[in-house]
Amino acid sequence: MARYLAGRLLTAIPTLLVIATLAFMLLHLTPGGPFDSDRILTPQIERSIAARYHLDEPLWQQYFRYLGDLARGDLGPSFQYRNTSVNELIAQGLPVDVTIGALSMLFALLAGGALGLLAATRQGSVLDQLATSVAILGISVPVFVTAPLLILVFAMRLHWLPAGDWVSGSWQHLVLPSVALALPYTAYIARIMRASTCDALSQPFIRTARAKGLSPTAVLWRHALRPALMPVVSFLGPALAGVLTGSIVIEQVFGLPGMGRYFVTGALNRDYTVVTGITVLYGALIIGLNLLADLSYAWLDPRLRRPA
Amino acid sequence: MAEARGPLLEVRGLTVRYPGPRGGAGGGLRAVDALDLDLAEHECLGIVGESGSGKSQLLLALLGLQDPAAQVTGSVRYRGEELLDAAPARLAALRGRRLAMVFQEPMRALNPYLRILTQLTEGVRAHLGLGRRAAAARARELLATVQIDAPAQRLRQYPHELSGGMRQRVMLAMALMCEPEILLLDEPTTALDVTVQAQILELLRDVRRRTGVATLFVTHDLGALAAIADRVAVMYAGRMIEQAPAAELYRMPYHPYTVGLLGSLPRLDQPLDAPLPAIRGQPPDLTALPAGCAFAPRCARHFAACSTRPEWRSVTPSRQVACHLDGPAAAVGVGP
Amino acid sequence: MNGAAAAVSPGGSAWRAAWRQLRARRSALLALGVLAAIALAALLVPCFSPYDYATPVWTRIFTPPTLQAGRIFGTDALGRDLLVRVMWGCRISLLVGVAASLVSVVIGVLWGATAGYLGGRVDGLLMRTVDVLYCVPFIPLVIVLEVLFGRNFLLVFVAIGTVSWLDLARIVRGQTLSIRAQDYIAAAQALGVRPATMIRRHVVPNLIGLVMVYATLTVPSVILFEALLSFLGLGVQAPLASLGSLVADGAGEMQANPYLLVIPAAFLAAIILCFNRLGDALRDAFESHRG
Repeated sequence: MARYLAGRLLTAIPTLLVIATLAFMLLHLTPGGPFDSDRILTPQIERSIAARYHLDEPLWQQYFRYLGDLARGDLGPSFQYRNTSVNELIAQGLPVDVTIGALSMLFALLAGGALGLLAATRQGSVLDQLATSVAILGISVPVFVTAPLLILVFAMRLHWLPAGDWVSGSWQHLVLPSVALALPYTAYIARIMRASTCDALSQPFIRTARAKGLSPTAVLWRHALRPALMPVVSFLGPALAGVLTGSIVIEQVFGLPGMGRYFVTGALNRDYTVVTGITVLYGALIIGLNLLADLSYAWLDPRLRRPA
Repeated sequence: MAEARGPLLEVRGLTVRYPGPRGGAGGGLRAVDALDLDLAEHECLGIVGESGSGKSQLLLALLGLQDPAAQVTGSVRYRGEELLDAAPARLAALRGRRLAMVFQEPMRALNPYLRILTQLTEGVRAHLGLGRRAAAARARELLATVQIDAPAQRLRQYPHELSGGMRQRVMLAMALMCEPEILLLDEPTTALDVTVQAQILELLRDVRRRTGVATLFVTHDLGALAAIADRVAVMYAGRMIEQAPAAELYRMPYHPYTVGLLGSLPRLDQPLDAPLPAIRGQPPDLTALPAGCAFAPRCARHFAACSTRPEWRSVTPSRQVACHLDGPAAAVGVGP
Repeated sequence: MNGAAAAVSPGGSAWRAAWRQLRARRSALLALGVLAAIALAALLVPCFSPYDYATPVWTRIFTPPTLQAGRIFGTDALGRDLLVRVMWGCRISLLVGVAASLVSVVIGVLWGATAGYLGGRVDGLLMRTVDVLYCVPFIPLVIVLEVLFGRNFLLVFVAIGTVSWLDLARIVRGQTLSIRAQDYIAAAQALGVRPATMIRRHVVPNLIGLVMVYATLTVPSVILFEALLSFLGLGVQAPLASLGSLVADGAGEMQANPYLLVIPAAFLAAIILCFNRLGDALRDAFESHRG
């Protein structure tokens, strides 16, 4: 297990490197600089700004400086917002994304898991067919369609929940964005759970459990649930990554003050550090979350946790 | 009180039928066909047959664990109580407690995600209400009975950490936890090495001696049964075709199929280059059985009467056969 | 035994059996029908409609849908007929979906089959690349690309193409590996069959079914991605409309004129849903045949 972990961490580093390099290259090798659209500056001021931000150095030097800063966790100063570092911007925006993302994932796991379990235990019934149809609908309708529709129904027509204007500390503002983001993943998880539960229930050890006279509830929860969850855990990696990047859209629709907003404006204004910083952060988060999910998978399966 | 409750296990006309693709009478097959069987207390009945003869399906149907697509008819009485139409809760109460089953392929029959302790004790805790400590103590006892070393350590392990032979012993211990009256064994030695097979058989004999549990031992291995069975029944194409005390059956088989089966066993006193005798023909296609005796197409002794299905009758007080022949096949002429 | 026989006689029996299975599933046929209807409408309606998708008509802005006067879906903020714009949107979604999927299928199959068949270090290298690409946060990168290089339709293709072939490559590799391990491959090799013939006669037919299934399932995710880009304002350029950008426009007006949101959303959802249903049914059909 420790060896597996070490191996994964080892491959994580080059991956991060690739992402960071890609981001750096894209930004620097395209026309336009961070201060182009500002007011006209005298050549003198331009030179001093360039020197201050090291923009006058050769590209490879900037690259290695950039990597060095990254290694120390310093993402540099923002070019748009003077006197603010990228780290500070992230510190403002990240908690929002994390909260929404965590809530969404929780919702998707619980609702999707329950739905899939229900459908599998009543295979072929009307409930099963209904659940399957709802699930396929869930994965087919994009987030940016459901989100406005949810706002239309719950905020504008029914006035149950607020639509936007984030106010931190009020839980009502969390509901619609989290649910909207969670819906497709709920559907995916429901489908996976249904298939894996059916598969688990057809295993020989389930017959053994029944032959011991255990109640159907005990058979389901103690024997079938664990193997049924494995594919869901396996899916968590890509799901978490998707939730993370999907939050960009959610932020746009609900007007949330998350990282995505800074990212988009950063891209529009050629704010190198913000864009590369957030991209690298996303990359690191995706790698980390995938690793976490894979580790959970390995831990949950005794055959992987304790090889014979 | 055992006498007042009727024989331990009494099966009459048991049929396990899988309907054909259209669900009607056309097509479809009978994995078990109008089978009669008796099991007395403490006795060991061996059931032998080739793959596809229906012997595993028989065991599953006894416990109500057959495939949901299968239709089971007939009668299965445990101490006079009919099992086939029993309420699911009643069946669950009996399974594991009075009738326990040991499956083949222990690697697949044990849950890889649960510890041995959990899998051993859940039955006895559900049926007998034992607490955690008492159940664990009993589990340790039984592991010792089945001759597994370091029982305390094994209890904390997972199935994949045990060898094949050990897993089968665990399956046996699991079945014995609630002190059942009937032990159903589905090819318990098939998936094991030959040396381990011998050990398991010896273990089974030991357990029988100690606990007096009645046993239904299903296998395709005639040699295994010789060592352990009191009586032996032979199945072919889902039908029971012969049943007799073990020694009698081996010494003098009646049914031509049994003769062929015994004759096909390689013997140490045969010359090495002598061809192995085999039963001619192909194993039966259960979806297209002939009307009448299922073995007739392959039988050298078949005659006109074989086009009707032979009834299951007692030819001596201790032996039943389903064959139109008037005596042991060997006596009437050489077998197939 | 039967599996080997069915695979050596390439494709024929597998296709027919799969088609038979597919025909039996009503919802899949319905999905196919709906898709065909939408495609047909998308092709024909703009040709026959008196209105076009770009010209603003200032006297008729925000007309709700009515049956008369031929403004079936109503008009948008600039008075443009919604029906025609939605049909154009369908054209773009379907075109991008199918074309980008084809590209990603080709890349994914070649990548995966090569990795699976050659094995060893080539396999390791190819699949490590897939692993790395998996972790790249694509939406941020695509946003960056779009903003830097402008709204280029070609760029949309490239962006989508780099994302969608990864899963297919993995699946194809897995299938190739299991094909390679089959006895009939060893038998053919022992008989001296050349690698090229081997691939043509044994590997490819066994891959076709799988590729068809996942190609059909790639289309909806590609359409989704394109719609997402359009929604974020990074897809096709105005006045051309993709279903995604129509949804974005509609979302902005949804309080007063919800039909501007609901109608394009319904079409988008329908297209994606039908492809998903079709792909699911194909997968069931092929899996139950392989059994």
